[in-house]
Amino acid sequence: MEPILKGRGLVKRYGRVTALDSCDFDLMPGEILAVIGDNGAGKSSLIKAVSGAVIPDEGTVTLEGKEVRFASPIEAREAGIETVYQTLAMSPALSIADNMFMGREIRKPGWRGKWLRQLDRAAMEKMARDKLTELGLMTIQNINQAVETLSGGQRQGVAVARAAAFGSKVIILDEPTAALGVKESRKVLELIQDVKSRGIPIILISHNMPHVFEVADRIHVHRLGKRLCVIDPKDYTMSDAVAFMTGAKDAPEAA
Amino acid sequence: MPSSDNYESVVGKASAEIASFAGRDKRLIDRFHHALHTTPALVPLIVLVTAIIIFGLALGTRFFSPFALTLILQQVQIVGIVAAAQSLVILTKGIDLSVGAIAVISSVVMGQFAFRYGLPPGFAVVCGLALGTAIGALNGWLVAQMKLPPFIVTLGMWQIVLAANFLYSQNETIRSQEIAEQAPLLQIMGAKFEVGGAVFTLGVVFMVLLVMVLAFVLKHTAWGRHVYAVGDDPEAAELAGVDVKRTLISVYALAGLICAFAGWALIGRIGSVSPTSGQLLNIESITAVVIGGISLFGGRGSILGTFFGALIVGVFTLGLRLAGADAQWTFLLIGVLIIAAVAVDQWIRKVAA
Repeated sequence: MEPILKGRGLVKRYGRVTALDSCDFDLMPGEILAVIGDNGAGKSSLIKAVSGAVIPDEGTVTLEGKEVRFASPIEAREAGIETVYQTLAMSPALSIADNMFMGREIRKPGWRGKWLRQLDRAAMEKMARDKLTELGLMTIQNINQAVETLSGGQRQGVAVARAAAFGSKVIILDEPTAALGVKESRKVLELIQDVKSRGIPIILISHNMPHVFEVADRIHVHRLGKRLCVIDPKDYTMSDAVAFMTGAKDAPEAA
Repeated sequence: MPSSDNYESVVGKASAEIASFAGRDKRLIDRFHHALHTTPALVPLIVLVTAIIIFGLALGTRFFSPFALTLILQQVQIVGIVAAAQSLVILTKGIDLSVGAIAVISSVVMGQFAFRYGLPPGFAVVCGLALGTAIGALNGWLVAQMKLPPFIVTLGMWQIVLAANFLYSQNETIRSQEIAEQAPLLQIMGAKFEVGGAVFTLGVVFMVLLVMVLAFVLKHTAWGRHVYAVGDDPEAAELAGVDVKRTLISVYALAGLICAFAGWALIGRIGSVSPTSGQLLNIESITAVVIGGISLFGGRGSILGTFFGALIVGVFTLGLRLAGADAQWTFLLIGVLIIAAVAVDQWIRKVAA
């Protein structure tokens, strides 16, 4: 099977620091791929390189068989790669609906949309409500409440719903459970499974081994700026994975 | 799966509900708090209505008459227009100290272009508006592209524009009579009309229309939502797909244009074109914005609040003057209002539980 998102020979240097050292990367259709690695291994640089946040010095990124060159995260998003950042990138004082449609608002049909550029609030609220309901997030009572009134898990849920709402091809989740409690993490993991069941592949960056081993189909172990190996969570234990990523154990031969 | 992560399975079975807050406590104070949180213009509106009622009771028909009440509108029109511009900038977590200077130089350009160069007054007005927009856009470019703090940019621009204004005009005033004879268009914003004792000017109508249009644009267009998002958290807005730089530049440019309109209204108000007028517009506009409940930390508040804020200042000024109080009492009370408004803002910013 051909990977939906593919990186080949990616290199990124910051001055004398090599963050990516001719790194390869493959995401298969419909899978959850976890990316793990020690701090400073270059996970973030890798993800930024495929999501348009940094432009790699060398190498190619291929989306659905076509080579792409993103100059910004916005371009990547237009091509269908949605990133949910650790900071969630939401405006706390604005409503859930406002946040979900930030940067891609729907205008009213007819002259009011064309000449007054009036937004179609009803349509946006309905779509936001539908998306949240689909993902089982409608414990949120009011789509017009400010995001700052939501709990951490609910905010994460809204951010994931925003990513999943716009016909995206790939969703990248950066440490989605890092700031959450046990119960809220559980809900977010269910949400990830839910998104996967819609056939959208997910890249999950996480330090939380139990979470990674629970949801991931494959695990990309990143070490010293490149892919060390790709392992199947069913064949290895968490301690093996930690040993690979810290260099305590040699990588298995075939990934 | 290894057994080491089993600690979670218990929780997973325990509850299928997402972690949600307990129901909102429906005490009156909380509901009030919530109402303020969602409708920030409510506080200045309450203060405004209370002030009108108190002055109305104390002064009777001297204050509570169509004439006196519309006089307030006439007195606040310039500040009201400039404060609308200031609101836009403050919503983006910025501040514009050059608003007064832009208004004055625009009015001077309108006057001098018409009188020194003999250009048609209509064209002179357009030139004045264009200059205001250009200065605003330059402010915006320095803030957005050069990443300079808005306070510094506009502090500098204030001095530059004010000095340019005096140099260019050679400190010369164009008299009201000459304008009325040769270029009445410049004074058109001062044109009065009466509706049953209430006196309005075109400047007042312009102010009210401007506030209504901006209220619509901020609430019902993508650009308006982006203005709030940029003020709230620029990085988040950028990542969500908002063109932060373009939004900022357009906000400052629009503020410049609005200030130029204020300059035009200023000619209507005082009759003449004077390079020394409008010196207090900076502080007065910021006062109206703050009393109107717009947060100086950006992203919160509404243009209607600013409008009410400007009216509150007008009501206090006229009311106390009619009551025969020393004008210093007005300033003292406005000082109290400013501090009270910011205290209320801090309270509102605490998320309703």
